[in-house]
Amino acid sequence: MGDSDVILEMRHISKEFPGVKALEDVTMVVRRPTIHAICGENGAGKSTLMKVLTGVWPHGTYTGQIIYNGEEMRFKTLKSSEKVGIAIIHQELSLIPELSVTENIFIGNEKTTNFLIDWTEARQRAEKIMERVHLDVDPDTPSKNLGVGQQQLIEIARALSKNIQLLILDEPTSALNEEESDNLLQILHELKDEGITSIMISHKLEELTRTADAITIIRDGHTVETIIADEAAPERYDINRIIRGMVGRPLDNRYPSHERLSGPVVFKVDGWTVRNPIRPDMLSANNVSFEVHAGEVVGFAGLMGAGRTELFRSIVGRSWGNFVSGRVKVKGQEVDTSTVPKAIDAGLAYVPEDRKMLGLNLLDTVSRTIVSAGLSRISEHFLINGDKEAMAAESARDDLHIKTPTILEGVDKLSGGNQQKTLLGKWLFTEPDVLILDEPTRGIDVGAKYEIYSLIFEQAALGKAVVVISSELPELLGICDVIYAFHEGRITGMVDARETNQEELMRMMTGIETTAA
Amino acid sequence: MNRLKEFFGGSLRQSGMIFALVFLIAFFQIATGGKVLTPTNAMNIVNGNSYVFLMSMGMVLVIVIGQIDLSVGSVAAFVGICVALLMSDFGLPWWLAMLAGLGLGAAVGAFHGFFLAKLTIPGFITTLAGMMLFRGLQTWIGNSQSIPTPEAFWILGGSSANGSLPDWGPDFGLNNSTLLCGLVAIGFLWWSKLRTRAKRIALVGEAEAMWVTVAKNVIMTLVIGYATWLFASGHSDLPGRVHTALPIPGVIVIVLAIFYHTLSQRTAFGRHIYAVGGNRLAAPLTGINVPRTYFFTMMNMSILAAIAGMMFIGRSRASGPSDGTGWELDVIAAVFVGGAAVYGGIGTVMGSLVGGLVMAVLNNGIQLLGLGTEIGKIVKGMVLLLAVTFDVMNKVQGKPSFIGRLMDGLRPKKGDEAGSAEPPATEEPRDPEWPAYEPQDPTEAPA
Repeated sequence: MGDSDVILEMRHISKEFPGVKALEDVTMVVRRPTIHAICGENGAGKSTLMKVLTGVWPHGTYTGQIIYNGEEMRFKTLKSSEKVGIAIIHQELSLIPELSVTENIFIGNEKTTNFLIDWTEARQRAEKIMERVHLDVDPDTPSKNLGVGQQQLIEIARALSKNIQLLILDEPTSALNEEESDNLLQILHELKDEGITSIMISHKLEELTRTADAITIIRDGHTVETIIADEAAPERYDINRIIRGMVGRPLDNRYPSHERLSGPVVFKVDGWTVRNPIRPDMLSANNVSFEVHAGEVVGFAGLMGAGRTELFRSIVGRSWGNFVSGRVKVKGQEVDTSTVPKAIDAGLAYVPEDRKMLGLNLLDTVSRTIVSAGLSRISEHFLINGDKEAMAAESARDDLHIKTPTILEGVDKLSGGNQQKTLLGKWLFTEPDVLILDEPTRGIDVGAKYEIYSLIFEQAALGKAVVVISSELPELLGICDVIYAFHEGRITGMVDARETNQEELMRMMTGIETTAA
Repeated sequence: MNRLKEFFGGSLRQSGMIFALVFLIAFFQIATGGKVLTPTNAMNIVNGNSYVFLMSMGMVLVIVIGQIDLSVGSVAAFVGICVALLMSDFGLPWWLAMLAGLGLGAAVGAFHGFFLAKLTIPGFITTLAGMMLFRGLQTWIGNSQSIPTPEAFWILGGSSANGSLPDWGPDFGLNNSTLLCGLVAIGFLWWSKLRTRAKRIALVGEAEAMWVTVAKNVIMTLVIGYATWLFASGHSDLPGRVHTALPIPGVIVIVLAIFYHTLSQRTAFGRHIYAVGGNRLAAPLTGINVPRTYFFTMMNMSILAAIAGMMFIGRSRASGPSDGTGWELDVIAAVFVGGAAVYGGIGTVMGSLVGGLVMAVLNNGIQLLGLGTEIGKIVKGMVLLLAVTFDVMNKVQGKPSFIGRLMDGLRPKKGDEAGSAEPPATEEPRDPEWPAYEPQDPTEAPA
């Protein structure tokens, strides 16, 4: 059935998580041998789609059909999709650092005779595969001694050792430098010549348009369209069409109204430069300067991995990366933010993006969480005053509308939105001048989002400087006064939120267009 | 059911061990024909286990922070032999030797803390090394011999006529010191609980129901009153004594229990321990110095081990080569039985004391029944395993709690209970009080 050159067809795939439709009626056709790209905003459903395809979400947890080589597939596990020649390489590499290149290539797929592995033979086979992926190292090297780019090649070699037909790469170049990226894309081309089809998920439009034979755009769990490269045109793709496809949803009224106040400068960062702790040759923040006025909500837009979280974690207590240079001023005074307690004393509050991993102690009660960043405020003679603690917690509960039976409830019992409000309360208790919110509405529903936006505006109206990092462009456009675009450690643009749109932001975020900051 | 829930503050688990303790005491009291609850036996339990109680207060903090200290037995023995030698060979007065012992404990703790906090060597390894190292040092310094201790130390260990609170004044049939302590404790209990409640109402406008406060206080009053009577009512044959009384080791344990309870619950340092143990990644972003918290927690543990070691050489009137053998395991078991979580973040000083008491009563009861220590070990092993299994089952993510399942049949139907019984919702329930999400002026969609 169907064309013989169609390797994969996904028909009407829908996948629901409790309360969220991650994929709705997604359909795509991949021909062989091609390099097929999937692009879309963060959270559009790309990764979920690949999990459906590879059996991570087994048959029965989604609806729709997967036709592979003309047959309907019902994968139960990742192993069962591997068996028919589909392999996926994730963003986070899964090598075992202490094992050699050879061992990593064959791990889980060891060829044995009488329960023993013939390592000489394995080594020879490894060398052959390594040649195909341009990996020119000693096969006995432990993989931890290799760079990220080479480690990724081991992953591809591992996939090739299983005689695959379809290779899926999730954000393969996000951790690579330019040279490594070019090398990787070159390898994909060579694999294509061997007859291997690749599906590549990427944010980097420039790369996609250069490499892919077709691009499927996904937005909010729907397929927007699949564009085939126009080999005749010098540009191959109409990049504006792709961007429009990625962001073109209508904005609805999901934001409370907010009057822009712009007082004196409260928060000013000058020439902030930070080295990546894992890759010292990379600057995670490169001479970053910006300022936030009292009463202003300033947004930071960027794609995943652009380095926004790292920038602010390095500013607040240097809790990320290796500091190189830069100055921070709060209300015109230069402040020392070299440790988190000093940053808190200087009036900075950073509310981290992952509330369960980095923000909250889920074993604590609401009241203990609220006061946890400002214990000295309720202590006398080294002793925490329980009455003051209860008062602080009760007033946070009232002010932030935290829905909890009592302040002694465990935070793990609260819903996502109320956990986020509790986390916000914890930082508001330190009475900051500068409130930095990293993805403040991730994973909470529209109603709770609206409440969080209202709270953000309340804080701005009190004259605080508010910074919001968000991957949702409509959110930034809806609540911010000024938006900075961030791309690979640099500010690539600064715009008035009322005079811009998603397309322009997306161009700046992908580094295609730069407005002087 | 709701009344019960209100009384226990929604958490039956914390009270579980107290029930187990009461049950064990009652069981052995009946099985032994009344040999458990006698003044002499109560004093024996306290004197014989005070070192476990003491160290469990430090160990619970170490376990809450997500570490473990295997060295406490060796450290206690090492400090014991050093202190004994300082007095016997170097002629130090007992009080100076005690201070030296505390200092030595602090130094050992700093040693462990340094490797854990500064060099990030896991506590398990650091203290496993310490366990061997200090055991070796103890044997080497003491030359495998017993060194006798002076009488001042016997008081500390409760092993002389002065090893419990003194008799004085008119004879009411009880030891007056113990009686006074009991009365003061009961008075303080009522005063502080009622004051806290009144203040809470004045400030916040709500507190637990009055009947709950009163009922809890009445129960506590009965417990303290009974304990007072139990310790103070016996007749002592020791020279210069009329009545039995609360032993000095018991006094030390009670004083330190109050201190460590306050430290862990009411100081910033205590909160930091729970924060680091609860989420080690979030703690530094909250402004907590994680290495420093590790360092002082380990140091504190060794100081407590030093005190325990000094009490023990007082009780046995000498420091011997096999002192402290296997203590670490008794102490760790007491902490886990007392409700500490295997993965850190959860555990209380008072819970660990109850855990220690459960183990002590088990030991004692089995002995009084005339069964061998091997039976004691088997039973204690099972109790430890059960307690931790219970704890882990309770925490399995996404499943109804263990107790929840056991109690399912007893629960009133839905709608009767407040939010606490609901599973953690991923989606926000709408709050009717919050006028949220009404479409406002249409914001222009930028073209």
